[in-house]
Amino acid sequence: MAVVVQKHEALQLRSDMDIVRVRQAARAWAVELGFNLVDQTKLVTAASELARNTVGWGGGGTVRLEALDDGGRQGLRLTFEDHGPGIPDIELALKDGYSTGSGLGLGLGGARRLVNEFEIVSRVGEGTRVTITMWKRGA
Amino acid sequence: MRQSEFRNLQSTMGGERIPILKMGEFLLVTIQVDMHDRLALILQDDLAERICKTGARGVLIDISSLQVVDSFMGRMLGTIAAMSRILDAETVVVGMQPAVAITLVELGLSLEGVRTALNVEKGMELLRSSLGPRAKEGRDGRGRTEA
Repeated sequence: MAVVVQKHEALQLRSDMDIVRVRQAARAWAVELGFNLVDQTKLVTAASELARNTVGWGGGGTVRLEALDDGGRQGLRLTFEDHGPGIPDIELALKDGYSTGSGLGLGLGGARRLVNEFEIVSRVGEGTRVTITMWKRGA
Repeated sequence: MRQSEFRNLQSTMGGERIPILKMGEFLLVTIQVDMHDRLALILQDDLAERICKTGARGVLIDISSLQVVDSFMGRMLGTIAAMSRILDAETVVVGMQPAVAITLVELGLSLEGVRTALNVEKGMELLRSSLGPRAKEGRDGRGRTEA
């Protein structure tokens, strides 16, 4: 059965105030979907890390929030996209302790550990797209 | 945007700062808003200044209202602890929510060098015991020596 997008919304990511907005939106959606507190916190924390990467390293971009239904299983998918410098070595960037000093720190590898699904596509000079998905437990 | 979200945003805008309260020889910081990054850096600077001005021996940071501590915020707590140590003050972070603790560990942040306690009261005890009799004198303000 195909995954159905039940609801979606896009937010701009340009400043550190926008990072706060993303945290609040991700929290509101996770609560609405009935995620437990730990999963809410993990998702919001991952969103915060990735939003900061988009603002700091990507030079700004967008995040798209989508509420998913996969045959009764509910999830939340967040897609962060920028048209910044891209990430030359993704494997290196995913390693703990890797930091460029301007926003790509624990963020990427940490965010990957906090969610159920993680996908990154990046091209040098073109930009980066990171997609994370969290599924509601016990559904 | 929902109204409650808007209020949250408003409260962190317009140059607002996180208040730092002085309690005897200690400084108490209660973080009650979802801080944006710049506000966190301002708090760091403000704390350094207040420690120097007041000669505080301890700093208590209450994060019980915080629903999220990400790597930026975690690094900030570490920096505050290291900075206050250099300024001869101990830092204790208190009140971390269980979900935040679980998330921090999975994120890979162990808050090394940051002392923690379950609540403000236990944090105070920790600071007093680590500072010894001098702090106790400061607490009741009468310079009484403990038996």
